Amino acid sequence: MGSDRFKTNAIAMGIALCFMIIWEMGVKIMDVPVFILPPPSDIALTALVKAPVIWPHALTTLAEILLGICLALVTAVPLAIFMFANPGLERGLTPFLVASQAVPVFALAPLLVVWLGYGMASKVFIAWIIIFFPITVTLLSGLKSCDQEFRVLFSLMGATFFQKLHLLYWPWALPEFFSGLRVGVTVATIGAIIGEWVGAQKGLGYLMIQSNARLQTDLVFAAIVWLTAMGLGLWILVGYIEKKIVRWR
Amino acid sequence: MLKVIGAAKSFGNRTIFSNFTLKVEPGEFKVLVGPSGCGKSTLFDGLTGVVGLDRGKITWKGKDLTHLRGHAAYMQQKDLLLPWFTLMENSLLPAITGGKKQDRTLAGQRAGRLFHSMGLQGFENHYPAQVSGGMRQRCALVRTLMFERELILLDEPLSALDAITRGELHSLLLLLQSEFNQTILMITHDIEEALILGDTICLLSSCPMDVIEEFTPKSPKPRAFETPELLDIRVRVLERLRTLNSLDLICDPKDPKMADNRGMKINGI
Repeated sequence: MGSDRFKTNAIAMGIALCFMIIWEMGVKIMDVPVFILPPPSDIALTALVKAPVIWPHALTTLAEILLGICLALVTAVPLAIFMFANPGLERGLTPFLVASQAVPVFALAPLLVVWLGYGMASKVFIAWIIIFFPITVTLLSGLKSCDQEFRVLFSLMGATFFQKLHLLYWPWALPEFFSGLRVGVTVATIGAIIGEWVGAQKGLGYLMIQSNARLQTDLVFAAIVWLTAMGLGLWILVGYIEKKIVRWR
Repeated sequence: MLKVIGAAKSFGNRTIFSNFTLKVEPGEFKVLVGPSGCGKSTLFDGLTGVVGLDRGKITWKGKDLTHLRGHAAYMQQKDLLLPWFTLMENSLLPAITGGKKQDRTLAGQRAGRLFHSMGLQGFENHYPAQVSGGMRQRCALVRTLMFERELILLDEPLSALDAITRGELHSLLLLLQSEFNQTILMITHDIEEALILGDTICLLSSCPMDVIEEFTPKSPKPRAFETPELLDIRVRVLERLRTLNSLDLICDPKDPKMADNRGMKINGI
């Protein structure tokens, strides 16, 4: 087990390192100007040295993402349970759920900024729309995947719907719910950034637009590095919480 | 006490049973034996309300019912323990669900005593994944008793276990009847098991399922299978099954025509 884990880590590190080296060498050999594509060493240095500049922006973006996740949780979980309890409604609601994903949120982003303002609200809203879907869909499919035999057993006990939900369906659905949440938190960063590009006063997306306009390409990339780290961190955090809660897997 | 009168169930034009009648007396251990696929499980599905019967009546203590939910406890081949609960929490599920909840402390004490009589003491806080298949099934037995119902339906409860573990659990099943005064209806395809445990053993035919013969061994329990009486009954059961086989009784359940042919042959006897 331990050596397997070491191996996967080594492979991941190796691939990342090769990519960096090719990038670094390529930029140096072909003499690419820094404002077109800075070498990874420059980006790393900027990400560290400019940390005091990037930090407040990162905090804003993180807050937007976390608020979006919270909003998605308090809406998606009840909706999934509601749809599970009423299969007729599930069939009726599914088209709308899918439609909410088919509508290009990115195209709507400018409108949302007009409606909800330049502040955090519009970004939280976009993040919410994006995360909401995977959580609802995975939780619903998790709830529905419960074995018939267990349902019969609980019916024979005379369990009410909420007793079944609490003792049987909900724990049963947790692994799928977490896989949905993990997808959700990683794509949530995209939602927040799109919102910030369109119009914001703060945030990593805002910083990227500003730096791009000033040809500070290294800062653009530094912001991307921070953003990636944030997405990765959230992914790991969800995985950690899952491990703590879903101990029987 | 439990009566099933004229029960009928078919899926499409495939008749599982058309006029099935069964009576279980209070405190009786009744065993239904039949070839696999004869419709035993469908009967239990009807009794537990998983499928509705096409015709027929289920009476429990003189009351007509559509199914036995709320009146019977149920145990089957799979232990159906939830992996996120400990053995104790699993066995307490019947006590904490349902309309009239049992008192938590009393139920806990009762479950503790049952853990003791089932030889599970010390494993109350283990998770199902941490114990053996036999222990899981014993825990399922505790949970079945925690239903606090007079009737227990056992659907091949031991067929997933190895021979040694099964032997141990036979004595525990007998305990249900002798110590806990339960009325038991069990289905199995294991003739030996049926003979060791049952007060009455009903031999079933398939397509449509019907009771073709009843055996009531006189030997006192616990019985050893080597008892001449049981060996004698087994010979009779096997002989009966063989004549059924020679009449092409093992039919393809997917082929309704075969079932019809067989019906004619039976009538022709």
